Amino acid sequence: MGYNPFSLEGKTILVTGAAGGIGRATSIECAKLGATLILTDIREDALRETAALLEQTGRSHQTVLADLTDPAGLSALVETSPQLDGLVCNAGVMRLTPVPFIKEEELLRVQQINLNAPILLTKSLLRKKKINKGGSIVLTASAAGVYRVSLGNAIYATTKCGIDAFMRTVALELGPKGIRCNTVNPGMVETGLIGGFTEEEKQQEMRNYPLGRFAQPQDIALGIAYLLSDASSFVTGTALKIDGGMTLS
Amino acid sequence: MELQEFVNHFAEQFEETEAAAFTPETIFRDLDEWSSLISLSVIAMVDEEYGIALKGADMREAETIQDLFNIVQAKLA
Repeated sequence: MGYNPFSLEGKTILVTGAAGGIGRATSIECAKLGATLILTDIREDALRETAALLEQTGRSHQTVLADLTDPAGLSALVETSPQLDGLVCNAGVMRLTPVPFIKEEELLRVQQINLNAPILLTKSLLRKKKINKGGSIVLTASAAGVYRVSLGNAIYATTKCGIDAFMRTVALELGPKGIRCNTVNPGMVETGLIGGFTEEEKQQEMRNYPLGRFAQPQDIALGIAYLLSDASSFVTGTALKIDGGMTLS
Repeated sequence: MELQEFVNHFAEQFEETEAAAFTPETIFRDLDEWSSLISLSVIAMVDEEYGIALKGADMREAETIQDLFNIVQAKLA
């Protein structure tokens, strides 16, 4: 094989939320670039489908069914995990609720999935020294919260701001150990997460995208793959916008 | 679920529009104050008051408050 600084050959990478959307696309791209994957999600059938899609790479990948909001599930995942060169915390949920209608229960649930789980997983893997020197941690943040806010999206945006702050802190603390940490910050991506929007609403929102479309999961996955690869060896503490220009105006 | 009570809850999401403007026959998208935020608020109100999670498509299907009431009632059944 020729010159390819973006190769992930020889790297072992754990991806959360691997059963669908950005997580599945990331797993596929990473496998194609040569990585060995540990795929985890709470959705068993869809996780198995992702694993089936990776079979053609010839390498054997591992799947771990886990609820990362459950301390036992999280610690079991950490225990079974091999030494890692890459961690992709991607699992997330979104639901639009105007501020006066926010329920504490919903606030806590979204925080647990979008914010606490990535923090606790990262912490636990670091504590157990399961992330190798030269390793890369990539967290899926969002354009939401970090770059812009929109109606009804307070909880989600707040969790993503938390991820942004956590990412920069990890980058600062772990830099001396040769471990990098960055986020990707997508705008609208064609995944199940935006399934709540009507076609009409999507068409209207698309006018805010200079490139004239929403992202495909692969657009985000390739950004994540770059941040996992040695091509980004000097990149840490960076929020990588992948939004088709949406936040420009 | 009472129709009048539903209309009242619907009306509570508005600030400016007079109460008299809200009847079961009201075509709510024609109200000057109607907005995407009020649409989200109506969805949240229905969830809070009736425990029903409406989708954007349900909102689009409804033209009048009565239509929306019917949709919620069908989901309650």
